[in-house]
Amino acid sequence: MAITQLSAFLENSSGALCEAVSALTDAGVNIRALSVAETKDFGILRLIVSDREKTREALDDEIIIRETPVIAVNMNDQSGALKGILEILKEAQINIEYIYAFTGAVQGSAYVVMRVDDINEAESVLSENGIKTLTDEDMDNFLV
Amino acid sequence: MKNYYQPELETAPREKILEIQNEKIVRQVKNVYDHVAYYRKLMDEKGVKPEDIKSVEDIKKLPFLTKEDLRVAYPYGLLGTDLKNCVRIHSTSGTTGKRVVAFYTQKDIDMWEECCARAIVAAGGTDEDVVQVCYGYGLFTGGSGLHGGSHKVGCLTLPMSSGNTDRQIQFMMDLDATILCCTPSYAAYIGESLAERGYRPGDNKLKAGIFGAEPWTEEMRQSIEKSLGIKAYDIYGLTETSGPGVAFECEEQTGMHINEDHFYAEIINPDTGEVLPEGEKGELVFTALDKEGFPLLRYRTKDICILSRKKCSCGRTHVKMTKPLGRSDDMMIIRGVNVFPSQIETVLLKEGYPPNYQIEVDRVNNTDTFDIYVEFSKEMFSDKISEVQAHEQALSAAMRSMLGIGPKIHLVAPKSIERSEGKAVRVIDKRKLV
Repeated sequence: MAITQLSAFLENSSGALCEAVSALTDAGVNIRALSVAETKDFGILRLIVSDREKTREALDDEIIIRETPVIAVNMNDQSGALKGILEILKEAQINIEYIYAFTGAVQGSAYVVMRVDDINEAESVLSENGIKTLTDEDMDNFLV
Repeated sequence: MKNYYQPELETAPREKILEIQNEKIVRQVKNVYDHVAYYRKLMDEKGVKPEDIKSVEDIKKLPFLTKEDLRVAYPYGLLGTDLKNCVRIHSTSGTTGKRVVAFYTQKDIDMWEECCARAIVAAGGTDEDVVQVCYGYGLFTGGSGLHGGSHKVGCLTLPMSSGNTDRQIQFMMDLDATILCCTPSYAAYIGESLAERGYRPGDNKLKAGIFGAEPWTEEMRQSIEKSLGIKAYDIYGLTETSGPGVAFECEEQTGMHINEDHFYAEIINPDTGEVLPEGEKGELVFTALDKEGFPLLRYRTKDICILSRKKCSCGRTHVKMTKPLGRSDDMMIIRGVNVFPSQIETVLLKEGYPPNYQIEVDRVNNTDTFDIYVEFSKEMFSDKISEVQAHEQALSAAMRSMLGIGPKIHLVAPKSIERSEGKAVRVIDKRKLV
């Protein structure tokens, strides 16, 4: 099961990110994970949040936002953990379009979020190798 | 010896010019009425008959033609003679993507080339000169016009066309070009490129340049003259009237002499259509007195300028026009290409974008920059940078195919384009051209 990332289109200009984050703050939304990809003109803000509905309400009028299914995996916060996951995907010839990672609320655990070209295939090979991919519900529970 | 190509015509007394014009206009109006159904209808609607036009004084009775008429009548509706009498077509971009096509008989070509020859001779050209033509050749009139004019004068002609600056410079230096014909921004660029290669202004054999097809300033003239070590002359024209050479500068460099034996010029109030007296600023209107293929009468150029009959020290008696001081429509000239905001809107809608955009034009290192800021739509948004950039590139390509010139596209957030009093500011032109 994939988790839901919210992707937002921002201008690459001073204050654009602050404005978006302020709107989330006002709506009482907590950001679990965040990554920004940028070009000279614009940036794409990728968010995992505590409340997607509230986030959409807070941003939708002003900012282009859409849901993107991504894979999230819980792993040990130690050297080599990410390598193991990447090797499985490499073997299956799955391309990672982008990736970001963060450490978890629980001591010793970390999370990696990946956008891949074939989500179903990625999930099944990870599962065959005993790696569980997380659901939106998992994220809500794990990260409170 | 003064520099005239056709001295008897270029320096003819005012009465003589009027006599030529009067004789030609009577014949031309009759011919157009007989051959051009589109214009005949306009005249009938206005209640004007060919017999009403007895001299150029009566031209003001005739109906105007606009670019919109050219679009409606596309392609053959304004043809002034049988197609079999025409030998060439030239073309320019039009407002809604439809091009303007103009037809030329051999006589039209000869007349046009003679006009260009006058410009070349006025710039000091003789049969001993080497004329490097780096206007574009092809449908664009710039290349062919100056090329033909150069032949008429007997100059050795280098038909370079535009681009490939390395080759331009090699030919210029190896073959001792003496007269350069191109857009002013390209002339400035050649000047810079020469300096970059270590040449000084005196190292080339150029003595003059004939520059047109886009707006340029007095400051730019001085900078080009300095960097190339030449005298820089302005030339004016439009495809609808034939091409460059409708008007050209003489050694006085204080405006362009309109070839009045072929083109009758009026200045009108763009709002009312009323003819304004000499010296007043308004829209320039041309009547082709002897063109056969594409004989436009009272064609509104949308260029704003002033006419002057002040005696010119060069001895020419033809009326002078200032450089265009602006436009009475929203057309921009970017890198020599005519661009209308409406064309940009058409492309945006066709490509599925909202028509919220802003055009920014600037001149950096003597080259026009052309940026379009477009509001992105939710449907097209992707979380992947590469896909968003692919949208930008596809839109730029669609613009290029419509406009003939590719802008840099910047996708911006919805509602982020400034609106003043509810109305969007569509064009920001940072070039200081007037």
